[in-house]
Amino acid sequence: MSEAPAAPRTASADRTPATSLNLLLTPPEPRAGWRLIPARVIAMCAVELQKLRHDRTELYTRAVQPALWLLIFGQTFTRIKAIPTGGIPYIDYLAPGIIAQSAMFIAIFYGIQIIWERDAGILNKLLVTPTPRSALITGKAFAAGVKSLIQAVVVVVIAAILGVALTWNPLKLLGVGAIVILGSAFFSCLSMTIAGIVLSRDRLMGFGQAITMPLFFGSNALYPVAIMPGWLQAVSKVNPLSYEVDALRGLLLGTPSHLGTDFGVLLVAAALGIAAASSLLGRLAR
Amino acid sequence: MTPDTATGPSPAVSCTRLTYSFGETTAVDGLDLSVGEGEVFGLLGPNGAGKTTAIRCITTLLPVPAGMVHVFGHDTAKEQMSVRRLLGYVPQQLSADSGLTGRENVALFARVFDVPRRERAARVAQALEAVDLTDAADRLANTYSGGMVRRLELAQALVSAPRLLILDEPTIGLDPIARTSVWEHINAVREATGMTVLVTTHYMDEADQYCDRVGLMHRGRIRALGTPVQLREGLGERRRADGAPATDPLPTLEDVFRDIAGSGLEDQSGGFRDVRSTRRTANRVG
Repeated sequence: MSEAPAAPRTASADRTPATSLNLLLTPPEPRAGWRLIPARVIAMCAVELQKLRHDRTELYTRAVQPALWLLIFGQTFTRIKAIPTGGIPYIDYLAPGIIAQSAMFIAIFYGIQIIWERDAGILNKLLVTPTPRSALITGKAFAAGVKSLIQAVVVVVIAAILGVALTWNPLKLLGVGAIVILGSAFFSCLSMTIAGIVLSRDRLMGFGQAITMPLFFGSNALYPVAIMPGWLQAVSKVNPLSYEVDALRGLLLGTPSHLGTDFGVLLVAAALGIAAASSLLGRLAR
Repeated sequence: MTPDTATGPSPAVSCTRLTYSFGETTAVDGLDLSVGEGEVFGLLGPNGAGKTTAIRCITTLLPVPAGMVHVFGHDTAKEQMSVRRLLGYVPQQLSADSGLTGRENVALFARVFDVPRRERAARVAQALEAVDLTDAADRLANTYSGGMVRRLELAQALVSAPRLLILDEPTIGLDPIARTSVWEHINAVREATGMTVLVTTHYMDEADQYCDRVGLMHRGRIRALGTPVQLREGLGERRRADGAPATDPLPTLEDVFRDIAGSGLEDQSGGFRDVRSTRRTANRVG
């Protein structure tokens, strides 16, 4: 650090801060190599948790929709017995689908959030910190995951209250957490990728509306793949939400599932999403 | 500090024929600029002069070819991370996150600049103290006034002990008292840390009062460069040479600017007229 400048300042400047600024004289030691990305991920997740702590409204309002799905749709279709679920009550079958759906709805809003942050100057400021773009996107993706995870806990509690027989095996619940985080990481990156293409909040809102329902209905969240028409089965096959639901069902209910494939697909999808969103982030900064 | 060349230490900022275009529009057109270490340099000009674009090139937000922009000898095209570690950046918008407290806003920047955990709280507290926000630190930023948000952003920039503080229109939209307060804090911090300050503004009176050296920018290029007094006296001399009476008061920076921009100013930038009317209002109020 250089010495203080010799030039005399204006009279107003003679009120120097009363306390010592000694810590503000030395730049922090840069964190190098592999430790950088985890550190940024923690920073972004911390912000998300702090925001939730100050304002829990979103947590409550977002619980309404999944509760209605389970209460109304779930209970009605349990009585109708129209959907073959392999011998378990329909509401049990539905619960993992609704967990995945509500997590996806949260994640899909991240593109809107990043455009808001761009408009507010927050994104530019973060991009001028020693944070590689991929680290910033990874941080946001995991922040979406953390938020979705809290949402998932709420839905699990609602489902348990409605009498759904879920597992309480801690290892399986850990797996549920990992699946929810990976799924949300993918959907938030999908949304941030679209944000990087369309660049405006209004257009993104339209896109968000246009893709969330097809992703939801084109998955096995509400009904098994086997009863879908051929074209919808094809959609479901390439829809990461189906793999997320399949894994959640297997873990929470013990139904037959393909955990290895599900984890693999979600991991690759999240990685591709992070790569795509990071490469388009520069467009938002311009 | 490592000397870049045999001629001495590298300047804080150096731009060599910096050019940047958005499609057809050339925002910065061959800008040459050198900001010495420890000085407060003001980049002045009307809206649309290219100030913000120049700043965004220096902060690595906009990609420029190698060799055009250096920060303390680091090329912004090749050594982005090294450049960003030296920068504190306050964008034009009020960019604090309104969903977080003042302290959390600053802590985020401590985190992304790798301030170790054992030092984080103390460093954040010092940054807040430096801008007189200790008492409001635990309130949400959405309860802050415009001037307080600006000071909070200053704290966010200071927490990483930058060697170069870049402020883009730091007093835009603030009332005269808040403007003075923001400048006093900038000066006090500069006194205490010896950092270099690069500031853009279209308030000529502020530049006159607070900047060591100014560059008047018009249509993408610096048209006049020097200390405020040098520029004003220079114009005064030219006017006397043209037959103006010696009793005329020293021209203001605004006169200097009008002299440089000539008639082109009126038809091109309605913004400058707006600024002048703002200034008149400000003078009435203040």
